[in-house]
Amino acid sequence: MARLNTPEELENFRQALLSQRNPDNPCISICAGAGCVASGADDVIAAFNKEIEKEGLTTTVGTKGTGCPGFCERGPVVVIYPEEICYLQVKAEDVPEIIEQTIKANKVVERLLYEDPVTGEKAVKESDISFYKSQERTVLCNNIKIDSRSIDDYLAIGGYSALAKALSEMTDPEVLEEVKKSNLRGRGGAGFPAGRKWEGSRNAPEPIKYVIVNADEGDPGAFMDRALLEGNPHSILEGLIIGGYAINANEGYFYVRQEYPLAVENINFAIEQAEDYGLLGKNIMGSGFDFKVIVHQGAGAFVCGESTALMTSLEGKVGEPRPKYTRSNIKGLWNRPSVLNNVETWANVPLIINKGADWFTSVGTESSKGTKIFSLVGKITNTGLVEVPMGMTLRDIIYKIGGGIPGGKKFKAVQTGGPSGGCIPEDKLDLEVGFDELTKAGSMMGSGGMIVMDEDTCMVDVARYFIEFLTDESCGKCVPCREGLRQMHRILTNITRGKGKEGDIELLEALSETAVEASLCALGKSAPNPFLSTLRYFRDEYEAHIKAQRCPALYCKELIAYFIDPSKCQACMICARSCPSEAIDGGKKKIHIIDQKKCTNCGTCLEVCPPRFGAIKKLSGEPVPGPLPEEERMITKKS
Amino acid sequence: MSVIQFEIDGKEVTAAEGMTILEAAQSAGISIPTLCHHEKLEPYGGCRVCIIEVEERGWAKLVVSCVYPAQNGIIVRTRSEKVDRIRKTIIELLMAHAPDSPQLVEMANTYGAARDRFEKDPSFCIHCGLCVRYCAEVAKKNAIGFVDRGINKEISFIPEIAAKVCHDCKECFQLCPTAYLQATFVLTESLAFSPSSKELAKEG
Repeated sequence: MARLNTPEELENFRQALLSQRNPDNPCISICAGAGCVASGADDVIAAFNKEIEKEGLTTTVGTKGTGCPGFCERGPVVVIYPEEICYLQVKAEDVPEIIEQTIKANKVVERLLYEDPVTGEKAVKESDISFYKSQERTVLCNNIKIDSRSIDDYLAIGGYSALAKALSEMTDPEVLEEVKKSNLRGRGGAGFPAGRKWEGSRNAPEPIKYVIVNADEGDPGAFMDRALLEGNPHSILEGLIIGGYAINANEGYFYVRQEYPLAVENINFAIEQAEDYGLLGKNIMGSGFDFKVIVHQGAGAFVCGESTALMTSLEGKVGEPRPKYTRSNIKGLWNRPSVLNNVETWANVPLIINKGADWFTSVGTESSKGTKIFSLVGKITNTGLVEVPMGMTLRDIIYKIGGGIPGGKKFKAVQTGGPSGGCIPEDKLDLEVGFDELTKAGSMMGSGGMIVMDEDTCMVDVARYFIEFLTDESCGKCVPCREGLRQMHRILTNITRGKGKEGDIELLEALSETAVEASLCALGKSAPNPFLSTLRYFRDEYEAHIKAQRCPALYCKELIAYFIDPSKCQACMICARSCPSEAIDGGKKKIHIIDQKKCTNCGTCLEVCPPRFGAIKKLSGEPVPGPLPEEERMITKKS
Repeated sequence: MSVIQFEIDGKEVTAAEGMTILEAAQSAGISIPTLCHHEKLEPYGGCRVCIIEVEERGWAKLVVSCVYPAQNGIIVRTRSEKVDRIRKTIIELLMAHAPDSPQLVEMANTYGAARDRFEKDPSFCIHCGLCVRYCAEVAKKNAIGFVDRGINKEISFIPEIAAKVCHDCKECFQLCPTAYLQATFVLTESLAFSPSSKELAKEG
């Protein structure tokens, strides 16, 4: 491959690529993101290739392993272009039928289409599926269209045109000005305006500067960045090069968590390809601008997502935050000006350069512009990645896109912002998502994790879980975080075990104040949020645990008891046979009784009791009714 | 170099550029409590007891004085209800580990901290890092380091280095605010150092 030495050569090359591709020829896109691979996408891709070869269709039908389109709940996802026919949960066995019907006979395979659970209507196209209908996918949309390993695919959809435009038609201050005007705010956590951060670095006197991609996504249940890194690495790389140009940096870094091996592979691939094409390296497209990129893998510490810890780790030291009060865009990596932005932030940059700041600001709320990707997980019908315009209400995201709560359960809360975010209750569901809106509600945008919880979720236990995660991930350098979280975790664990004491809430509040005000870095400062937000909206649950040893959600194992309702028990023996502790006494026609002394509260009996009987009940905070007298236990058939 | 003027507890103080608030306060004879600070070492910002209130252009915020740079025109309050409350909690958190440390006991008296507010966890180390940092920055021997992370973090001598250099140094011993270090060293020596490495140490 020859280098592309000018923007014109890039454009000519793109045109040549497009002329070789017949848009009417079918192309089968199969998601090869981590989620779909886990549900068998590799086999599906292999089956397609085999079948196409067998049928002699290799010259007319293309296949692609693409990035994640977001609907992980129904993976592996297959989209067939040009008609955009979307098949879900495709298995290797389905492949011959798809080739026979859809490719050869132009017919849709009905059973693989999405069926609306409410209306029962089938959706042929991806865009007709309710999960996608209300989304606005400007960043994620290309994931399913391109082979993640092919720079030609990226070029065919207009890739690197923003870089060409920036380098040839715009001065570096103009690029900076455009990003500033777009009011793009950091997608990684705090929502700091990217343009202002860039400007600080650009104006700093030190001549050597750096741009860095924060790809250390570590929030439990969050995988927005992974989807972009794996699916469309060139879009991030293009943004990074443009950022380097804007602040006069000639070196960029990808700090990727080690747990994302496919992402690391795909980025390294993308860098190599971009270098081969002359889109990275010396004198990019004849502009005189040099830029090189280095990929660095983290070593599994959550705190390394924090900016100063990330930079310390990049320098090869233990990933602990620095105690400095100077911003890292002034003194960052090796004490030099360093712009650190999150994956999604960088991926927005080429769009802003291509379409303009005015286009970007036309979407969103007053203070939060553009779209945001959320990973919608937990007790939600449609698990997956969703990209929505800023300002959409939580209710629309959860119900219109997410399809609501499964199993007929009631919504209780949604946790946003990752482990140090907060829980938002039902009466705040009409909140419009945006950086400031979520912060005001006691949570935060964070990087876009969204965990939905139903009525069976205990909010004290949720706080305990997240505090445990953060205690585990604290680097241990400062006292308020290391010791404060250790004690908070202890107290919360005691409360969920029925050992809570009067004064525990106040003690937790004092520890929270100390961590918020005195911790060294953002991890410690925001760590009490899971406690503070659940206390704010669910104080009654804390009080029930402490004062009455009662878990209102009937979740905390030490605070509940299982009980067989004698009026409902049909003496079917199923629970008695399944009980691992042999705690259930009963026999044929003899009403079953749980021996509370033997019961370990594992819940097996509740799971196996036939729903039409529904005889097993959970109790909390009330005495378990005594066993039925022996003589009343025999069921006599009514005649 | 320009002189910086600002106010600490109502008193005008001056500082040279690059000085921290703690250094400026100490040179003006104003005391701010510290645990992990040592004049010969790089600021660490770990214990957070030197937390103070800084008012800058009408905005008040809490910062740690061992790291925060002295700046013209700022107003510093070394004590306030909130500062005292946070210091008290920090001391109480540390007393769960080292309830008899003389330095902690003295601070506890000043701030009314209770030695048993939190569940005991007597590790005797408060992770101030003085020994680790002194060995690396001043003695330049790196014979002691931190191992593990977060609540599992602890200090540990590296036997191969310690066997050679610690016997004739021991400068870190007096820095330890809880006397934990000495115990660790003695224990490590007795458990880990083989007789031959002791011989090696003697030969120096």
